[in-house]
Formats: sequence, C-alpha cells, structure tokens
Amino acid sequence: MSTTPTESSGLSAYRRREQSITLSPLDEQLGGAETTDELLTLNFGPHHPATHGVLRLLVTLQGEIVRDVKPVIGYVHTGIEKTAEDKAYWKVIPIVERMDYLAYYFNAMAYVGAVEKLVEVEVPKRAQYLRVIHLELNRIASHLIWLGTSALDLGASSIFLYCLRERELILDLFEMSSGARMHTRYFQVGGVIEDIPSGFEPKLREFLKIMPKRADEYGAILNSNEILLQRLRGTCPLDADTLLSLGVSGPLLRAAGNPWDLRKADPYSSYDDFQFKIPVGTIGDNYDRFAVRLAEIYESVKIIEQALDGLPEGPHITEDRKVALPPRHELATSMEALIHHFKLVTEGFRVPPGEVYNPIESPRGELACYVRSDGSSKPARVHMRDPSFVNLQALSHMVEGSYIADMIATIAMLDPILGGIDR
Amino acid sequence: MPDATGLELLAHELGDTVLETVYFRERATLVIDPPTIRGTLAHLRGRGYTFLASVHGVDHYPEEPRLSVVYELLDMNRVDRVTVKLRVPTDAPVVQSVTADTPEGAGWPTANHQEREVYDMFGVVFEGHPDLRRILLPEDYEGHPQRRDFPIGGEPVIFTLDEANWLESRA
Repeated sequence: MSTTPTESSGLSAYRRREQSITLSPLDEQLGGAETTDELLTLNFGPHHPATHGVLRLLVTLQGEIVRDVKPVIGYVHTGIEKTAEDKAYWKVIPIVERMDYLAYYFNAMAYVGAVEKLVEVEVPKRAQYLRVIHLELNRIASHLIWLGTSALDLGASSIFLYCLRERELILDLFEMSSGARMHTRYFQVGGVIEDIPSGFEPKLREFLKIMPKRADEYGAILNSNEILLQRLRGTCPLDADTLLSLGVSGPLLRAAGNPWDLRKADPYSSYDDFQFKIPVGTIGDNYDRFAVRLAEIYESVKIIEQALDGLPEGPHITEDRKVALPPRHELATSMEALIHHFKLVTEGFRVPPGEVYNPIESPRGELACYVRSDGSSKPARVHMRDPSFVNLQALSHMVEGSYIADMIATIAMLDPILGGIDR
Repeated sequence: MPDATGLELLAHELGDTVLETVYFRERATLVIDPPTIRGTLAHLRGRGYTFLASVHGVDHYPEEPRLSVVYELLDMNRVDRVTVKLRVPTDAPVVQSVTADTPEGAGWPTANHQEREVYDMFGVVFEGHPDLRRILLPEDYEGHPQRRDFPIGGEPVIFTLDEANWLESRA
C-alpha cells in the first residue's frame, strides 16, 4: 500500500493541483478574448545592452511581432555644435571629434575639409596620404567594435575579445603617431599635426600582415555559427529605393546593392590614387549588412598598403603660416614665426565669409560638415550631417512586421553611434 | 556641382521663385522664396537631384531675415550637388515641410528627423510635418538654443537648487 494519500481517480493531491494550473492566465482574465490581437507598447532602453548606447525605443508589439518602433533620442546631447560657435576654428577640432566616438578621424576630416575649402588652403600630398592611412585604420577599428558588439548581441561572445585584440593594435598605432589613443586631434587645418615617427611604418606593416588573416578567422568563426546565420539571413531586408528616400547611405545602402561610396564617386584626400573595390550585397538583409562591413575591412587594408608604399616625401602640413602653426625650432630664431604662433594661439585665423558643405564617407555613411563663416575667427555655424542620425529613421521601416529578436539583430547591423546621433 | 553657368540655367528654369544665386567655392546655391520650397525641390528632383542629403538650420544674426533652412540635394548618377536655401524672419518662422507627400510633389521621408532638429534648435515651424516634436532636447525645454542670441553660460539643472539649499543649510 502506498504511503501517499490517493483518491478514487488514482492521482495524488499534488498532481491534481498541478493539473489545475493554467499556463495562460491572460486568457482567463480577458475572458477568452483573442490575445494575439492585443497591442503592447514596450519601453526599450535607454539603458539596454542591445541598443548600442543610450538609444530608447518605444516598441509596439503584437505578440512577438513588431508593429511600430519610435526612436527617442537626445540622451547624450551635449551641444557640441553650439560650443563650436564659441571657439576659434582650429580649437573646434577636438570637440567635433567627440561626436561619433568610434570614428573620430572622420569627424575631424569632415570638419577640417570644410574649413580648408573656406580658406582655400592646399593640403600637401604627404598629409593627404597620412590622412588616408589614419582614416582607413579608424574605419577598421570602428568596424571591429561593430563586429564584436554585434556578435555579442547575437550570441557569439568570444569574437568580441578577438575584435578588441586587433583594435588594440590600431590604437597603439594612433598613440604612436599622435600621442593619444582616442580623440587624437591628429588632423589639423592644412595637414596633420606631426609626421609619423620612425617606428610607425614597420609596426603598421606588421598590422597589415596580421589583419587580413584575423578577418579570415572572424569570417570562418561567424559564417559557421548556425545561430548567428539564422538570425541574420533573410531578416529585415529593405530595398535600395526605400533606403535612398530615407537618406540612408554607407554600408547599409551598399548591402542593398547600390555601390555608392564617396571615396569612389567624389574622391577627396587623394582617394583616387588607390585601387580598391566597393563590397556590395544583393537583397539588403542583415546578412548582407554583416558581409559588406566584413569585406570592407580587407579593402581598407589594401588602401593602407598602397598609401604606405606610395607615401610621398614632403611637408606634412601646409607651409601657409596663416593657418598652420610654425615648426617648433623656428620659434627660437624667427620673430615672424613667433608672431604667427602668438596670433594663431590667441585669436586663431580669420576665414573669408561664406558657406561650405564637405561630405566624406565615414564607416556609417555620408558624414558631412556644413560650416558657415561670417569673416571672424570663430565659425558662425557648424552642422554635422551625421549618418547615424539619418540612418536611424530606417529602423522602423526595416523591422515592422518582423520578430522582436530580429529587431535586436537589425539594431546591431544598423550600427548606430549615439554620440553621433545626439551630438 | 553644376558650374556657375549650370546654376544660372537651373535658376532660369525655376523663374521668379529664385531670389538669388550664389556660387562659392564650387558650391551652387539657389536662394528661393520660402513658400515655393516644395515645388522647387520637386522640380529639382525631376532634374535628377533625387537624394536629399541634409537639411541645416542657420541663424544669420544680426542680418535679417535671420533664420535660414538649407537643403543639400545630390544627383547620384552625375555626382552633382545643388543647395537650396530659404530665409525666414524670427517673428514668423514658418516653412512648409517637405517630409510627407503633398500635391506639389512626392515627399522626402529623410527630412523627418532633420526638420525636427531644425525646429528643436532654431524654432522653425514646419507646416505639414507628420510629427513635429523636439528631437534632441527634452520636450519641456524652453527656447531654441542654436539661435545666436540664446544666452550661453549656464542654465539651472535638476540639482542646482539642491546644491543652493545645501550650501544655505551649511552657512
């Protein structure tokens, strides 16, 4: 005879209680109404690891399907454009660099390019090549952070450490050339602040040898990760025409098959000297966005190799003492150099009145700087057309009608940088 | 960029809606009559400028009319850019929105965030915008800080009062 009390049905009290539990209490509360039609508005972020920064989304869900996404931004708005109006032209460089904090060389390039157009200063060829080297290194670093954090969101966690390992090599190079690892202030109006030091080239060559192999490894790891592939393949595609009407550019547009790249279409800083390809996707789904960025790393390596091989001799910054600081050794011997130095440091240089718009290709798309000068030594208006800010509008178009888990993958592949969005 | 001649030809096509043409540092600008913005952009779209790259707000203080909105258009096939600019005074800063589709022409959905930013920073009201709210600043923020006469140098934040009270209690 059993020790547990049983009833005529043969079930224990415990089993009966277990069976009485309904697994969908919501159904009962709603009196059997069709719960799948119910819309739920969910607050997502701003402090959420999958939003890549302080991005807040108001997500309207029907079951697990996303019906509407409204981004709420501005949490890290720091008024950089307003601050820029109160600084001399060359002192604006360090603050604009802090907008898109993964692509600081690009922010500086867009800004100094705009000022160079206004002042009509000629940038020496060596400076242009040095800029290209640093821009492309920065593009790789930015893509590495994107790849690592995105893979982390999609469940492949070890790749994050590998990506940061390679990024560390790039930051070491930045430290060699400018003394700072991030926000380096390396680009100046008219050129770059200093020539590269003697140990830079062998170290860069070593990196260029390592990087394609490591990128091969990333591709091998991720392309054989079934979970990652299922979350990327065929999810949240958007066609090129819709992307264009939304103003989207960069890898997102190229993933949809439109090979628009300002480095090729409208070359600046001697990009027309280099041979490289523009990786494109086909249908513009999340996998294409992933594949395009991964392929861009190889192209950047190629560009850096060519720039390093063909690095011309010559000055690294313009000889025009009205916009560029005189070399240190001249200060001890030349009165004129001392005067120029004093004028530049105290007042800065005056810029002819006018407006310019300088677009460049950042890791996220068309990054452009609009500068209006009123003839004084401070800009009257600095506006950054940040690609993340514009591209974010495409998010709701991409994810409407897909699962909320796919939305996480799409945010990762969108690669928004909130410092750039909020400025 | 269209060259200086190309810019004048475009201006000629648009007729009286163009108030001024500016060709500066290889950048072609059409300064237009503010109410004609939708028609102008629609016409330029027909001429190949199908990509609205950016919308900027500018304050020309102390010149009048003070505010201006700048539209950067791009023709991706010819790699050609043209700028459309309009100016409105601060006492009636109203511009027609180009975000949504209208009888004057198809909309430019990319202008949605950018017009909101100009509204937020300069107080330019875009008529017909589907969702004209502040975008970067808090919704209860007063004033439009990118205007050049906006006072700079400190504003009260949540803990300013607490700090004052604390200092008072210590005194």
